[in-house]
Amino acid sequence: MRRDERPLREVPPWVWLALAAALGAQIAWRSQQSPGTTAGPDLPPAPGVQVLRLASFGEPEALARLAMLYLQAFDYAALDYGRLIGWLEAILALDPRSEYPLFAAARVFAESPDPQQDRMALEFLYRQFFIDPDRRWPWLAHAALLAKHRLHDLPLARRYAAAIERNARSPAVPLWARQMEVFILEDMNELEAARVLLGAMLESGAIHDPAEARFLRLRLEELERRLAGDARR
Amino acid sequence: MPAAIFTRLALIEARRGGLVWLAGLSIVTAVALGGFLAQLAITESRLLQAAVVAALLRVCAVFAIASQVVASVRREIDDKRLELLLALPLSRSTQYLGRLAGFIALGFVLALTFAVPLALWAPPAAVAGWALSLACELALVAATALFFAMTLAQLVPALAATAGLYFLARSMGAMQAIAASPLTEDSFLHELGRHALDALALVLPALDRVTRTEWLLYGLADVRSYALAVGGMLVYTALLAAAGVFDFERRA
Repeated sequence: MRRDERPLREVPPWVWLALAAALGAQIAWRSQQSPGTTAGPDLPPAPGVQVLRLASFGEPEALARLAMLYLQAFDYAALDYGRLIGWLEAILALDPRSEYPLFAAARVFAESPDPQQDRMALEFLYRQFFIDPDRRWPWLAHAALLAKHRLHDLPLARRYAAAIERNARSPAVPLWARQMEVFILEDMNELEAARVLLGAMLESGAIHDPAEARFLRLRLEELERRLAGDARR
Repeated sequence: MPAAIFTRLALIEARRGGLVWLAGLSIVTAVALGGFLAQLAITESRLLQAAVVAALLRVCAVFAIASQVVASVRREIDDKRLELLLALPLSRSTQYLGRLAGFIALGFVLALTFAVPLALWAPPAAVAGWALSLACELALVAATALFFAMTLAQLVPALAATAGLYFLARSMGAMQAIAASPLTEDSFLHELGRHALDALALVLPALDRVTRTEWLLYGLADVRSYALAVGGMLVYTALLAAAGVFDFERRA
């Protein structure tokens, strides 16, 4: 793919100048503008699942994951959780086999500074668990731990544990998860419980993504630091 | 075999026209964008990368083949080469189908090339299924673009018609699902619209059922539904080829 060209010296000087000036003006113009960001409390209302499906042009799996990246860009502590849960539900309906919305709800959105918001995220996990208990039990197990250790709401934690016991029937579900209520009632601190849960998830093959493993390792280290700090005080 | 000459010409024209560079650039861009987005993911980073790269490459392949076909045919018509070829002692159907075979072969090469990077994140069987499906989809797009390029007088309307039919076919399943929602108003107009959509779907290919990203992420569906979906592409390609030959035979 070649074309005949005249040498560069054939280009008149004023064209060189015009090109340089236009390029300079473009760069100066753009440098005055701050980069676009979605960070802030103004998450728009969640679109309907059918609208998202239409917008995906037959690629719901790709759109579901891109929509999760879009949600991640917001400052979740300041979000309207009603809207956030609506988005998570729509994304999960778009690709029901994706674990991204459940992971984000359990590991990010349910660990906000506001207990009311945390409860909304946990209830989202509880509702979604019943759609596919054999695959979604790890998120409800984590929700039970959060309810016990973060919210200090033992009845709520036992409700989640009981749901796992009654509904997760796959042989892949570990024994301790099927006896979750006993696990919740055991006198374990948050770090021990988190270690057991993480170990079980690794053993069951639930964690196979490098980004997820990295994220969970960081969370565990953060928890260790926080509990060590609490112990020193 | 005279038709093979047209096939060979289509492939040579694509190579000389820079399609190789466009395909290479598409792969590099898609993989780079997928890699960037995977860095932002906190879980399912490999699945996200596979989904984004597959979706992007599918659109790039469709755009490349459609624009190549339309531009090639329009150039033939504008340079009066088509009139010269029509004077050859070859039947019009041979000329039309030979040209289409060339574009379909080009689509197969593109589909196989675009499937290679996906092997980084998906099992080989799923990638092979996806590639075969994309090849059949590109055959359909080539037949569509050839039909519109021959039928419509100008480049832009031919490209717009091809893109319109393609995206309508990909969205038709979602549109039918919206129209059939139990929450919508039960009125005569709504029923009329729903039946009109169903009727329109009958004359469109089910593009929302082929080259699915979910095959790469979660494995291939059962063989029967896969064969039905891909077979549907071949049936529609045959329909467009027949319509194209019909129109070409009537060309003055």
